Amino acid sequence: MCLGVPGRVIDVDGWTATVDFWGVRKQVLLNIVDEPVAPGDYILNHVGFAIRRIPPESVAETLALYEMLLGDDTADLMTSDVRGEIAGTS
Amino acid sequence: MSNELQFRDPALARGMAATLARQLEAIGRKVAVMHVCGSHEQAIAKFGLRSLFPKQLEVIMGPGCPVCVTDTPEVDEGVVLARDGVRIATFGDMLKVPGTVQSLADAQASGGRIEVVYSPKQAVDLARSTAEEVVLFATGFETTAVATAAVILDDPPPNFSVLSAHKYIPPVMEIVAEMPGSRIEGFLAAGHAATITGWGVFEDFVQRHGVPVVVAGFEPNDILAGLVELVELVRNRTPRVVNMFPRCVTRDGNLPAQEQLWRVFQPTGGRWRGIAHVPNGNLRLRDEFAHLDARKRFTIDLPSLWDYAPPQLARQCICGDIMAGIANPKDCRLFNRECVPENPVGACMVSNEGTCKIWHLYGGVPDLEEASA
Repeated sequence: MCLGVPGRVIDVDGWTATVDFWGVRKQVLLNIVDEPVAPGDYILNHVGFAIRRIPPESVAETLALYEMLLGDDTADLMTSDVRGEIAGTS
Repeated sequence: MSNELQFRDPALARGMAATLARQLEAIGRKVAVMHVCGSHEQAIAKFGLRSLFPKQLEVIMGPGCPVCVTDTPEVDEGVVLARDGVRIATFGDMLKVPGTVQSLADAQASGGRIEVVYSPKQAVDLARSTAEEVVLFATGFETTAVATAAVILDDPPPNFSVLSAHKYIPPVMEIVAEMPGSRIEGFLAAGHAATITGWGVFEDFVQRHGVPVVVAGFEPNDILAGLVELVELVRNRTPRVVNMFPRCVTRDGNLPAQEQLWRVFQPTGGRWRGIAHVPNGNLRLRDEFAHLDARKRFTIDLPSLWDYAPPQLARQCICGDIMAGIANPKDCRLFNRECVPENPVGACMVSNEGTCKIWHLYGGVPDLEEASA
């Protein structure tokens, strides 16, 4: 659960952002994010909330772990946690 | 080893493993360090990192699984509410965690209405869709508690309330460091909890206990780099906080999230399952939010549940010793026998972040020498 999952912000409407997670578009809440976010930014989502705006220079490095995990078999604990994090959005 | 192919930079990983070996040789004795994060243990097990660690380095998973440390009476509170007809929304990991008599899954089987959610927001949405009382049975460390705080501050409907079993990590590190005979010489702090609190939160701890803390990320190489730094601090006897995960963690952390966390929650002392009473380790709703506190809204009659003795097997469970770093799953006579994920005896076998479940799935201590012997 601690892993969270990164996604790219498509649109911001008040406290709600539309975020793209590998082609899946979901709503993520911005109530507790550390910095203002704008379309094009990447955020780290945990249980439906953005908890961090990922600095642009760290995006590629951050995505790599998740891309490896999501390419893995679904029975894996880390992969299922990441999928659960995407399911926490609406 | 096939998993090594998945390292983004296997050469770097091998280099760091060699560095660890040299460091431990220079120290010339066994060194035990602790991490407090289920995701760290998952990565260590999944990528077979223990097979890269020198024999003299012991990396122990501490109380880093929020589901596992949810205490039995806290589960009981949820079970009683469900039995009394209240709709419970909770994270899926919580369902099979044993209570004194029943788990939430048992309560569900006997007619209790328990809904699995992935976000506190989904519990609020559920409450908005019905006139019935909905209680969010909220578990998790500060990383998750901030989300519960946010929904509490966002004008939830009047039929929504929270049964908080949220826990706060920094105080339990104090408990582990102060345990008599503690062998732990350093802590690897979890990257994303520190995203919220910032790494500065560990400075007082280091000063008080003289034990270094390194904040690390979740990739195999992040963990190895964190351990190299941590062991170096142990070797040089220079305890301090080092942030090895700057892409996610700053000194001050996420200030808007902290502000909401502490506006809603008050740290209070309470038991962590199998560990101890942890002063300031439990996050409870402040009086200002009493109307949203399920413990105040409902009469939760726990003694009515306690007419039964706990099952015999549960008494043999050593989850507490495992989370305190005194034992590992292989020391437990139930592990992989009576206690398996499909039918867990202890909480550590329930959660994806529990040491026992992780070791069960990945085959226990991934020790190449042992495997090839």
